[in-house]
This record gives sequence, C-alpha cells and structure tokens, in this order.
Amino acid sequence: MKFSSEYRDASAAQGYAQEIRRITTQPWTIMEICGGQTHAIVKFGLDELLPKEIELVHGPGCPVCVTPLELIDKAVQIAQRPEVIFCSFGDMLRVPGSEIDLFGIKARGGDVRILYSPLDALKIAKENPSKQVVFFAVGFETTAPAHAMAVFQAKQQGITNFSVLVSHVLVPPAMEAILGSSSNRVQGFLAAGHVCAIMGYEEYIPIAAKYKVPIVVTGFEPLDILQGIAMCVAQLEQGRYEVENQYTRAVPAGGNRQAQHYVKEVFHVVNRKWRGIGEIGASGLSLRPEYAEFDAELRFNVGDYTAEESPLCISGLIMQGQKKPHECIAFGRQCTPEKPLGAPMVSSEGACAAYYRYRRAELATAGKV
Amino acid sequence: MSTVKDFTLSCPLPITDYPTVTLAHGGGGKLMHQLIEKMILPAFNSPLLEARHDGAVFELGGARLAFTTDSYVVRPLFFPGGDIGSLAINGTVNDLSMCGARPVYLSCGLILEEGLPMETLWAVVQSLKQAAEVAGVQLVTGDTKVVDKGKGDGVFINTAGVGLIEHGLTIAPSAVRAGDVVLLSGDVGRHGIAIMALREGLEFESAIESDCAPLNAAVQTLIGGNVGVHCLRDLTRGGLGTTLIEIAEATGLQITIDEMKIPVRDDVAGACEVLGFDPLYLANEGRMIVFVPENEAARALELLRGSQHTAGAVEIGRVTGERGGLVKMKSRIGTTRIIDMLSGEQLPRIC
Repeated sequence: MKFSSEYRDASAAQGYAQEIRRITTQPWTIMEICGGQTHAIVKFGLDELLPKEIELVHGPGCPVCVTPLELIDKAVQIAQRPEVIFCSFGDMLRVPGSEIDLFGIKARGGDVRILYSPLDALKIAKENPSKQVVFFAVGFETTAPAHAMAVFQAKQQGITNFSVLVSHVLVPPAMEAILGSSSNRVQGFLAAGHVCAIMGYEEYIPIAAKYKVPIVVTGFEPLDILQGIAMCVAQLEQGRYEVENQYTRAVPAGGNRQAQHYVKEVFHVVNRKWRGIGEIGASGLSLRPEYAEFDAELRFNVGDYTAEESPLCISGLIMQGQKKPHECIAFGRQCTPEKPLGAPMVSSEGACAAYYRYRRAELATAGKV
Repeated sequence: MSTVKDFTLSCPLPITDYPTVTLAHGGGGKLMHQLIEKMILPAFNSPLLEARHDGAVFELGGARLAFTTDSYVVRPLFFPGGDIGSLAINGTVNDLSMCGARPVYLSCGLILEEGLPMETLWAVVQSLKQAAEVAGVQLVTGDTKVVDKGKGDGVFINTAGVGLIEHGLTIAPSAVRAGDVVLLSGDVGRHGIAIMALREGLEFESAIESDCAPLNAAVQTLIGGNVGVHCLRDLTRGGLGTTLIEIAEATGLQITIDEMKIPVRDDVAGACEVLGFDPLYLANEGRMIVFVPENEAARALELLRGSQHTAGAVEIGRVTGERGGLVKMKSRIGTTRIIDMLSGEQLPRIC
C-alpha cells in the first residue's frame, strides 16, 4: 500500500537493526510513549531484532488504558438513561467499569453507538432533538482538536441536546511523572508522533534538559520505530540528551497551530486521574467555564462519583515501565481480553492485550505464564 | 445404580461471566467458540455435530450427503457486490462445497418485519432466484413469517441445503497432513470493509465491493481434476486468521503462513490502516482456503486460477510437522509472530 509499504521493508529493517547493534555498547532502557507504537513493536516483533542490551518498556500512551475507572462508571451511568444516545470510539465499549462495561449496557437495551468522529455525534443530536446525545471525549492531544471542534460547533449552532464526557490527558506531564519517580528506569523516550503532529515538540525541550534524557519524536511504522530507537541509542551512547524528530514527514516543530487554537478555545488544563497511576497535576483537559453547558458530568449530575480499582491489576506499574505484562500474576489467568481486569488488556493499543495476542503462546512455552 | 447421566438444568456457561448474550457471542471469535463448545455441542451430543465441519456429512439410502444451515442478518440489506439474497444462497452453497459436496437443493425461510416495503422484498426474492441460478441449485421448500415492527431488521433469511458427495475423498481437518500446502482463493477482507463502510457512512474514493460469490464450481473443478484435496474451509466471520487457527487447533499441527503472500487490495489495506483493523480477521463471503498435498499444489493452483471466482488464488503457506496447533506468520519485516483468535469483533480504535 502506498505510504505504508515503504516503511515495512524487510531489508531496511535489518539495516536499522544492524546499525543499532553496531552502536550499542551497554544496556539502555527506552520507553515508547504511545500504545500504537507498543502494538507495532509486538505485532512486528521489532524487539526481536534488537541487541539484548536494549530494553523497550511500554509507556502510558494508550487513551483507553489510562481513562480512570470512575469515568467508565460515569459513562455507564449516563448511557443507561433512557433519554440518552451514548456515542464513543469503539474500543472504549469493552473497558470494564466497576460492575459492567458499555457493551453490557448495549446488551441491556441502552442506545450505545460506535462513532469514528465526534462531529457525527453532533449530526445525531440534530436528527434526534428529543434525545440527549453524549460523546465520550477520551484521548490525548491527538483527539482533543476534534472534540474541541464538536463542542465549538455545538455552541455556534445552538445545539442544546449535545454534551461531552471529557477524560482528556496530556503526554508531557505523564513523562515528567515517570521521570520524577524514585523507581524510574527510563533512560530515553520515543515520543508519540501523532501527539506531536498536533502539539509540535517544543514542550519536550525543557523536559529533555531537566532530566537529561534524549527524546525522539517517532512514527508508528516498523521502520519509523527502528530508526527512532537508533537515534535514541546514538544519543545515549554519545551522552547527548536532545529532542530529535524522526517523524519529519508528519511533525513540524510547532505542530498544527489551527488545531491548537481550537483546543485552547474550548479546553483548559486541569489535574487529572490516570487509571493505575493516580492523579497527576496539570495533566489533563477539561471544558472551559464558557463551555460548561456541554459538560455531561454537570448535565447528568455524576461529577462527585468515585470508584476503587482492582487491587490485582498492576497496570499502573506497567504503564510506568516498571513491570512487563506477563509479570502480573493475573495475566492470562484472571485477566484476559474476554474478561479484562484492567484497561491495558482491552484496547488493541494496550500493552497487556498486545502481549496476550502476540506473545502468549511463546510465553507459555517458556513457562512464563 | 443408574448408568444414565443425571439430567441437569444448570447452564454450562458461567452465568456470572455473561448473564446475557452479547454481540461478541456471534462474532466468530473466542466467545462464540466457547458458546458452541460449552453449551451447544454437549446439549445435542451428536458425532456428526462434534466434527464441527461447515456441514454434516453422512450416508443415507446409499448416497453420501452433506447437510448444512445458516442464517443471514446483514445490515444494510443491499451493499456493493451483493445483498442479503445472494449472501443467503452463496453462504449455504459454500458450506456444502466445503464438505466436498455438489450443492443440489436449498430451503429458504424468510422472517420479515412488518412495514418492509414490498419492493425491497421483491428485490431480495429476485436476488435469491438469480444467485440460485448462477450457483446451479434449486430452492425447493421454504417458509415465511412476519414479526411486529421493531422486532426484526427488515429481512432475516435462513437457508439450509443438501448436497451430494460423488467421490471417495475425506475432506475435513482430520485429513490435513504435515507438509500440506495452504492455498488461498483470492484477496481477503473486502466483504467486511464493504459492509462496515456502508454501515458507518465511511466514504472511499470508489466503493469497495463485497467478494460474495459461490465457490461450488471451483471446488468441483478441483475434485473433477482429481486433486487429492485434504481440507476446504470458507473464510467467513473471523476471516482468514480465525479459520486457520480453527484448523490448526483441530489437527494439532502448526500452520506457517507468509504475510507478504496474502493478497489484500490497496483500498482494503488503506481502510484497515484508518480504522485500526487487521485484514486477517475481516469477514469474506466468497473466499476459501484449500489444503492439498505438496505434489498436487501446482496443479490445484492452476485449476483454481482457471475458475471465475478463484482466479486470484495463491499459495500462502504450509502445514509443518511441529505439534501445538499454532498458526505462525512471517511478517513483512522478516520476524515471526503467532496469530491468535480475537475475543469478539474487531473494534475501531481511538487514534
């Protein structure tokens, strides 16, 4: 296929792998931030191509995985109301809440719909004036502009039966939380290319300087990731800690200014809870007071609800790079994609689901699960 | 002392896990397999059912017959490359063909929703007629029911079929041997994307049409050409990946395939990239895999390529001697990974 096959070439992949082997002289731990990158690494077996000194740990960049349990429960509470059409991206539907997931609500007769764009929810709201249409606005900086645009348009067009349940999180504060932890193992980062396509990478420059870590903005195809690793290892070996851009075909330094404009217009930065990790200061987005009328938490009065997560699930440690999925005692036993305890087992971007889908048989043979 | 097993009313599926049926129970993945294994098979306790083939194969009155049934609940009813009528004929024709049978007679049950435009019904009936003619089968019995408005989705169709087995081959997973070559009859994923695109209002440069087609002519060509076919399986829900896993698990042998050899049309690959889908698990309605001995693979491929609906046939891999019932795939970049069964349907990802 055009624009992807050239980034999946076997001989070029071997070339990068050789280059990484050539320059590596000591062990390094590198974290890929984004769940899409984790998925590609495990799907294509990229880590098999690396020398044993290079360890990849999987970061918190899966939007499904870091959405806190209480937000799923709030979504469930809203979705089961008879007047509500609840709209969401597909992979949120299988994330377990305290008692039930959104698919369960659908099976019980709730009107839960999978959409590809929040603007489609706006259309549904216009077509169903007697219904309340709610969109589950989940994600990182990548999905924020589309959500901002939907809310912006709803206000412009005076659509009153539309609202959003917001659970937006931001990447740089999560990186700082990982780097600031006393048990941190991460020595270099592959930053998430799609996030940087929106936000640019200027905000990473002070992080690289403060914590002395190289950060390489990296794409999602196998060759992107191998090249990103090669650039990161080269910096580590040379004692440099700069922000570099592997994903130049998509990421300009300043990002997408127009998208940033709409995000700033509609959202402001707030503290956010991350599933498995806890609250991180100034790590998320919430609707500005001028747009509070579109806040589903206020509209359906679920703002005060809180919930406790399963004590068995170690997703927080996994997303901070301190544990691998198969090191969890519940992996493949109490926790499977059919019956997930934690969100990383749900999403195709989740580290646990990626290990379960692509690695389970190998791990079983090796006696590790 | 009774030798009769106690009759039990308790449900064999842990109700606590799934107190209600979810869509994933019909998605062709793990949950559906659990449902069949834990609830359906033990309830009916038949060796013919236990074979878990696309249809039952048995002798009756001196003839070897194949017998199958399938229900069709597709939405929308009409899509590029087909409609519920052609699907209902071809699906059952293909299930019989996968047993190595020549499909002969079909039944057709129509469940209609009150309020369905007569014109729509007429179009479906015409399509059933036309597809039956193309496949060379006769619709010989049927039934019509109407349900209240809101209790159906326009038209549901059930078809059953019988076919004649006119050769001595055993065509089943049990006949698969180490060293067999795996042939795929054409490109994968088009039906799944065609339906998804229409259902979700996704627009591509040109419409992706379903691969919906009858495979009986191709199968008859293979058998008529004296190819010693070991196993046939059409790729429906769950796609190529799930079907290969089913056969690997049934035989206990390992199947190794090469990603580079699996044909996926550019527009389908593009749609998969956008939606986060894997074409390996997308539904097809006119594709099959064929297991043949190595020394007959070239001839089988030539015969398939000469038949209308299998002209794009390719060799995608082999059955290896290793045990374990796994499917392994050599990736584009030269690494190897295990193909696992999905839990339910694929879900579009967030970003």
